[in-house]
Amino acid sequence: MKNTILPSFSRRSFIKTSALAGGGMLIGFNLFQACKPEATPPVDISQLNFNDFNAFIKIADNGMVTIFSPNPEIGQGVKTSMPMIIAEELDVSWDDVHVVQGALDTKNFTRQVAGGSQSIRFGWESLRQTGATARQMLVNAAAAKWGVEASSCKTENGVITNGNGDKLGYGEVVKEAAALEVPENVTLKDPKDFKIIGTDAGNVDIDKIITGKPLFGLDYKEEGMAHAVVLRPPAFGNKLEVCDDTAAKAIAGVQDVIKFGDKIAVLAKDTWTAMKGKKALEATWTADSKLESTEAHDKILTGLLNGKKFKTMRADGDVKKAFAAADQVIERIYESPFLPHNCMEPMNFFADVTPEKVRLVGPIQTPAGTARRVAELLEREVEDVSVEMTRMGGGFGRRLYGDFALEAAEISKLAKRPVKVIYSREDDMGAGIYRPSIKYKISASVKDGKITGYHLKEASVNSNMYGLIPNFFPAGAIENYQVDVASYDSKITTGAWRAPYTNFLSFAEQSFFDELAEILEVDRIKLRLDLLQKVKGTTDERIQYSPERLEKVIKVAVEKSGWGNAKEGVYQGFSAYYCHNTHVAEVAEVELENDVPVVKKVTCVVDCGIVVNPLGAKNQIEGGVIDGVGHAMYGDLSFKDGEPQSKNFDKYRLIRINETPVVETHFIENGLSPTGLGEPTLPPAGAAVANAIKAAKGIRLYKQPFIKHMTAKAPLG
Amino acid sequence: MPVYNLKINGQSHTVEADQDTPLLWVLRDHLDMVGTKYGCGIGQCGACTVHIDGSATRSCLLQVSMVENAEITTIEGISEDISHPVQQAWKEVDVPQCGYCQAGQIMSATAFLNQNPNPNKSEIRDAMSGNICRCASYNRIEKAVELAASKMS
Repeated sequence: MKNTILPSFSRRSFIKTSALAGGGMLIGFNLFQACKPEATPPVDISQLNFNDFNAFIKIADNGMVTIFSPNPEIGQGVKTSMPMIIAEELDVSWDDVHVVQGALDTKNFTRQVAGGSQSIRFGWESLRQTGATARQMLVNAAAAKWGVEASSCKTENGVITNGNGDKLGYGEVVKEAAALEVPENVTLKDPKDFKIIGTDAGNVDIDKIITGKPLFGLDYKEEGMAHAVVLRPPAFGNKLEVCDDTAAKAIAGVQDVIKFGDKIAVLAKDTWTAMKGKKALEATWTADSKLESTEAHDKILTGLLNGKKFKTMRADGDVKKAFAAADQVIERIYESPFLPHNCMEPMNFFADVTPEKVRLVGPIQTPAGTARRVAELLEREVEDVSVEMTRMGGGFGRRLYGDFALEAAEISKLAKRPVKVIYSREDDMGAGIYRPSIKYKISASVKDGKITGYHLKEASVNSNMYGLIPNFFPAGAIENYQVDVASYDSKITTGAWRAPYTNFLSFAEQSFFDELAEILEVDRIKLRLDLLQKVKGTTDERIQYSPERLEKVIKVAVEKSGWGNAKEGVYQGFSAYYCHNTHVAEVAEVELENDVPVVKKVTCVVDCGIVVNPLGAKNQIEGGVIDGVGHAMYGDLSFKDGEPQSKNFDKYRLIRINETPVVETHFIENGLSPTGLGEPTLPPAGAAVANAIKAAKGIRLYKQPFIKHMTAKAPLG
Repeated sequence: MPVYNLKINGQSHTVEADQDTPLLWVLRDHLDMVGTKYGCGIGQCGACTVHIDGSATRSCLLQVSMVENAEITTIEGISEDISHPVQQAWKEVDVPQCGYCQAGQIMSATAFLNQNPNPNKSEIRDAMSGNICRCASYNRIEKAVELAASKMS
């Protein structure tokens, strides 16, 4: 298995300290990158900025620790788990730690992105180093005060002791510590001594959430701000011909109507008035080419699958030869619809564009990239643009794209006033950046009862699976292996959706292997384990997953779920997958109610290395599994004449609590560095459910959503 | 523009708004009480749930002109100090992920438990099925409602 390269650190260059004017010590540090050599943290806390450092730790003279972290929180819990790692090495009590979401100016920072389930994986080492460095400086200051060797001092819960019975709280030595050199070498804790990591910590924003305090972008307001609701082309491919805004402007409270590109914004004193103003706009639209539909996409993607216009992403051995020599070739097609993200908090953003500066506030997963794009759009210097991040009411990939922030900036510039752009649910679902519709054709050759070849073909709208995915399982496990991709350029905007590509690819492959086991009349677990044996000891550096770790989650899932020993009337389905550096196995249990399959339980076994915050981690796992089940069962967005056919929750079905299985979570304890959890439990869920439905009803599902296909006898793909 | 007198969380408020303005937007934009969330505007997601005379109601569908004489309770008003057993249970179970839908979930749960203090699992699942949680924190919502029920009995 290829070891992923993590950034290397020089503490001197990524940590700087200063004494605060108001008392206490401020430690500025960069999570993923060395900061500028001349940079120093401010001495006045109100001057805190994230230009030179992308996070700060303040240790007050009463010993209280405040962590200012700008890493975006979308519900994946990093606002809790990342500070836990710092606090662990700093050796303070978690109760004495306070976490503040930092604003940021966009300059010297790298991975300030919530995406790809990578925040914890990349932050692990540098967060530990930072906490340990600060702790060492406090110890050094205390040791100097006492005139003893630093190595004779110990720390616990924010208190330093020496062998002579002396005690000093961190707060009592912060002033001296701030003046010391940053030590080059510090010792990290032995993971067996962890006191905070591995313990349950509740969400740091819980009190605000359960009392309804302003937290989210939609809650943000400023004096003099206009509420803007935007009329966008109803169909992808539409252009604005004319718009009569007379009726909209006549509504009391409508302040302005602004046309920009093919869109029209209605600005009003409040959201409802702006929404009414938008409804009153009379626009006509044209299209200079044929508008797209799901029906047409089906034909196009099928044509691509059967055609020859593929790009090969990986080819081992000779698939053609293997297929020619086979006793049997099994071929299946799997099909997915488009999916909208449907964050509960619809897209929104605040912008205040003035000749002096550009201020942006709102929920965004990519503050840096968005600041750059806004600067480009407005022809401003990126230094003029600031982005303040609010808590996000869900992300799922949608808030990686700053389109809504760009709209807000453009409207504010044209209207010459601060505005907050608000998407209605219909706007949010109708102007999405969707999970693209994809079809896979998987073929396997069998010779003398063995799988000799595997050929995966992908036909997708707009873009294809990226770099590393062709090196996931079963790459390396089958001698002749090939992954080919083809795509069709659509006007419908598509992009990352929780666990991009693998969210559907995993369903296709894990369903295929299940069926393959049935055809070959071998045990479905054994088939997977046998394939993994061939990957062990591989010298192929491209292989991303660990066969040992995947084997382990499979075996533990078999044991924990009681695989093969289900009660009468309970039907099980198996699935295992690696993505986002995490290995996962899932067993779904389905029962029939009035002959309709109902998912009752999913047992989920996860190897994500060290679990920083089990309480938060389990929440991610439960959510990921249920999200995977829900979208596989119900998620369906189709298009007609370029227009999405569902724009609100009356027609678009999301899983609800009464349809939800119980998720039982088990972790593999191996002490390895932690990996992410925001995404990897979602992809295996669809196949686990489909395989269980096959066991229950004898129906093999090849298309999502299952609700459309699971009650009738589906034909072979 | 008409003026309305509203009684929210035991306090009187006077607002000037078009008669068709949903209570949701009166709360959020006119009164700066942003705990009540917008999710769909058509009564399908439950993010905007408030209590009208004790019953869980979708405030996105309720025009301000219809609630003048009602007792309105929002998430800001269910306790002074996070002491409501439902809030306590939400905290203990650590329900939220993104947290956006949770005010609506809590409002549905409190109204439900007032009517049915001793619910079974399937009653909880039915009662809470009008509230969508896109992060799918459903297992914990179920657990928290059970815990709140035991705290209240």
